[in-house]
Amino acid sequence: MQQYPVADIMDICVEAGRVMLENGAETYRVEDTLYRIAKSYHLENINVFVVPTALIITVQGYDGLDHTELLRMSDRNTNLEKVSMVNDLSRQLNKKPLPPKKVRDKLTNIKNTPTNFTRFQRNGAMALACGGFTLLFGGSYMEFLPAFIAGGLGHYLFEVVNNWTNVSFFAEMIASFFIGLLAVVFIALGFGQDLNVIIIGSVMSLVPGMAITNSFRDLMAGHLLAGVAVLAKALITAGAIGIGIAIVLAFL
Amino acid sequence: MTLTYLTYLFAAFVAAFGFGVMYNVPTRTLFASSISGAIGWLVYYIIAFQFELVLFIGAGAASFLIAFLSQWFARRYKMPVIVFTVPAIIPLVPGGSAYNMMRAFIEGNSEAALMFGTETFLVSGAIALGLSLNSGLFQVFSSRAFGKRDKRYLP
Repeated sequence: MQQYPVADIMDICVEAGRVMLENGAETYRVEDTLYRIAKSYHLENINVFVVPTALIITVQGYDGLDHTELLRMSDRNTNLEKVSMVNDLSRQLNKKPLPPKKVRDKLTNIKNTPTNFTRFQRNGAMALACGGFTLLFGGSYMEFLPAFIAGGLGHYLFEVVNNWTNVSFFAEMIASFFIGLLAVVFIALGFGQDLNVIIIGSVMSLVPGMAITNSFRDLMAGHLLAGVAVLAKALITAGAIGIGIAIVLAFL
Repeated sequence: MTLTYLTYLFAAFVAAFGFGVMYNVPTRTLFASSISGAIGWLVYYIIAFQFELVLFIGAGAASFLIAFLSQWFARRYKMPVIVFTVPAIIPLVPGGSAYNMMRAFIEGNSEAALMFGTETFLVSGAIALGLSLNSGLFQVFSSRAFGKRDKRYLP
């Protein structure tokens, strides 16, 4: 069994954790993956603590000294392919631990993997999903088109404004205001009857339903801090969306 | 009635498909996760609105079924389970209820806000419960871990 320097192993653990967190992995998944990676290098006393924007890992090296590393990051997207690639890498390391340099190269490759779909395709797919949601909430096919356009454009606007500013609350409020405006315009033009259904469908691109479910899974896993943190962010986002739509409806 | 079911299947399929593309899942798994999303939503709709049981049971049963399908697909496509689970539960997550809750809250209608709030949290909790139950069941019955309990972080 070859012994690599503990600092290098910690570096790749933290790097793997960074890639997973940046691409939308859940808290317990990141903790589990980091635990497995450190375990496969035969380190002792591994303790990992992850919240959505930070992670701390402490191990005891071969010489009995304790090493700790903290990572703080802020950018979060969702890219399930990269998360699954890091998962595969950790399983591969479990079978046979590789030298840390090679693992770091693999992680760099994973980070530089291009997305499977172009930005236009992703926005179009999101617009389709918003239209689908309108149908699910009881709308007719007449309401599919307004939700398609409003949802797609609203999501695009959200991404653009989010790139400008650090505060995503602002971007969500503006995007939902725009969606509400477009929905009212479409109803006035006669493209559908039920305003509420169109708004609910098109706003689904912004609503953090997935975040609420993930927060419950974190709470069930015993990670109370991360669960409450994700829940708070989800409620703030939902509040921003509510404010944006309420402004539009107040002026109706 | 069949036409309504077909519309709902199509709509849930499109919704899961759209979010699958948005979350950048590997391309060959896209169809499978959309199909399980459509089936899951149909099960939820039937249990919650046709049998008139509580939404909690409908969402829990639907997410349990989706998790089963995702495990099967995961073994078939040799991909991790989350790639199939996350797009498939998107039609179930209570986005409409969360939005209605915040809107009622802002407009000062606290009774409606409370009602939508409990609906949001119950359905979210049920989905999380269904997924965790399934994950736990598979952990208990997987041949490696049967009988001994390792230190695991997964719920």
